[in-house]
Amino acid sequence: MHVEVRGLTKKFGEFPAVNDVHFSIAKGQLIGLLGPSGGGKTSILRMLAGLETPDSGDIVFHGTRVNDLPPQEREIGFVFQNYALFKHMTVQGNIAFGLEVKKWPKNRIKERVAELIELTGLSGFEKRYPHQLSGGQRQRVAFARALAPEPQLLLLDEPFAAIDAKIRQELRAWLREMIDRLGITSIFVTHDQDEAIEVADEIMIINKGNLEQKGSPWDIYKNPETPFVAGFIGESTIVEDVSTLRGFEQAADWPGTKALIRPEYVEIGQANEFRLLSATETGRVRHLHFRGSEWLVEVDVGASRLVTYRSLEKEVLHPGEEIQVLVHRAYLFNDNDSWIMENRLKEDPMPVHI
Amino acid sequence: MRRLWIGLTCVVFALLLGAPVVRIAIGAWSEGWEGFRHGLTRPEALHALGMTALIVVVVTVVNTAFGVLFSLYLVRAAWLRERMKRLLNSIVDLPFAVSPVIGGLMIVLLLGPETALGAMLERGGIQIAYALPGMILATLFVTFPLVIREVMPVLQEIGSQQEEAASTLGAYGWTTFWRVTWPSIRWSVVYGVVLTVARALGEFGAVLVVSGNIMFKTQTATTLVYQDVENFNLASANAVALVLAAGSVGLLLLMEWAKSRREG
Repeated sequence: MHVEVRGLTKKFGEFPAVNDVHFSIAKGQLIGLLGPSGGGKTSILRMLAGLETPDSGDIVFHGTRVNDLPPQEREIGFVFQNYALFKHMTVQGNIAFGLEVKKWPKNRIKERVAELIELTGLSGFEKRYPHQLSGGQRQRVAFARALAPEPQLLLLDEPFAAIDAKIRQELRAWLREMIDRLGITSIFVTHDQDEAIEVADEIMIINKGNLEQKGSPWDIYKNPETPFVAGFIGESTIVEDVSTLRGFEQAADWPGTKALIRPEYVEIGQANEFRLLSATETGRVRHLHFRGSEWLVEVDVGASRLVTYRSLEKEVLHPGEEIQVLVHRAYLFNDNDSWIMENRLKEDPMPVHI
Repeated sequence: MRRLWIGLTCVVFALLLGAPVVRIAIGAWSEGWEGFRHGLTRPEALHALGMTALIVVVVTVVNTAFGVLFSLYLVRAAWLRERMKRLLNSIVDLPFAVSPVIGGLMIVLLLGPETALGAMLERGGIQIAYALPGMILATLFVTFPLVIREVMPVLQEIGSQQEEAASTLGAYGWTTFWRVTWPSIRWSVVYGVVLTVARALGEFGAVLVVSGNIMFKTQTATTLVYQDVENFNLASANAVALVLAAGSVGLLLLMEWAKSRREG
């Protein structure tokens, strides 16, 4: 189902939960609503479902405005954060509920339930009650129950939040595959960027009720449009005065501009490890943290402290050691603007500065 | 030392709870089976027990239905403001805080024959105070919080998500209530109903004030016991009291069972 949202606004008392949000979603896409807790993601989802009434704005499904339709008539499936399974009904009963309510004939209900139990790998658990299932199984029952009445749009509120890390990985992959196979338009809410990046076709970053950016995970990582997005996606350190870093002297032309530098923008090593030595400058190793598969290195460069990763295969560094630092790029922002600046010396084939 | 405390507890328990029941039982049989039978089958006793039964049935039905509805609104209704809900929630407890006698008095003061409203109703042929409607109202007032206080916490605990899930699956209010909400609250409702029945059976103060205790007209089992005692008709008083006590013990057993089902 094609979903379009225009000027969606919702206040809880004086608190603006959702603030003039616009977006549209093509049929069959899997969208992740990503942002910090309390940022309005769940409110958007609940308004799409009809569980919450917007103060203003339009919600359009398939070209029809559905603001005035109750949840019962929006042809949606909703998976709740804590699943909200009917605890006095068996797995079968839960999945059949929506079909019984819609007065499907008995034999078709039976077929459909069997089909979904097969699809979600719950065979053998049909007669169990929710409290007899594991977290992952409950999640799949919630998913099967939401899908049973053949909804046009699937909404998932923090679908993996209550599941332990290992099973979460499996379920993510499973959900992605399932949604691909069914081709149903889906929107899920999460505060976990790894989850959004891994599962979603497109991510919408929501912060303080505003839609900060919408795009593919790669796009958002590469071209963050706002400082919030730049800081939220990936890891980063803020450098107050970037013009002191070699290759970024130009930044002094924009007073009051700060820089955000990701670990992967920074390369460190001994002088012999660099091809373009002129673009590097000297720094001092401050701390080393072992991160299981690599070193996290904190380096002091002038007054700034940068963070980067270093392969375990390379020569081991020691705190206090002098090393060369190459900053490939920085994300610059001030109150009105933000842009990406590449290290100028790196691009210049005949550097004048020595 | 420990033995002393255990012994003391047993003595207090026996004196406060055991002795009266035994005394009532002995008293009821003081004139033998005939005395007991007579105490219960007197026309005034039959009428009083009938009145009590009628009041219990009406009050239980009304308070169960409205208690559940009131709880649903207080917990779920989005159209009620939070502050309003808190206010209503504390008003629910009013009958607990106010003496039942005062509850009965309020009804007489509001709807008695001397009041404007009462006089108007009486001209229309409806008598409230000193008649059955007033007694039912008084008992309703006294038992009003019982179902609500049992159901509300459970509704709060189960939350609204299951109901929301039902609505996204296409179920409207009535279906959602019977298929999703009711199975979760039914044992609490049963528990509340048992409490209501027990309270309505034993209510004395409020009913006494409202009814005027007119024999063959507005006399209930408890007010009959009161009158029998006043008239030194102890065997009969004990017979009726024993029936009431037996009813209460039966209800207590039922209550324990309902409680175990609710927790199970």
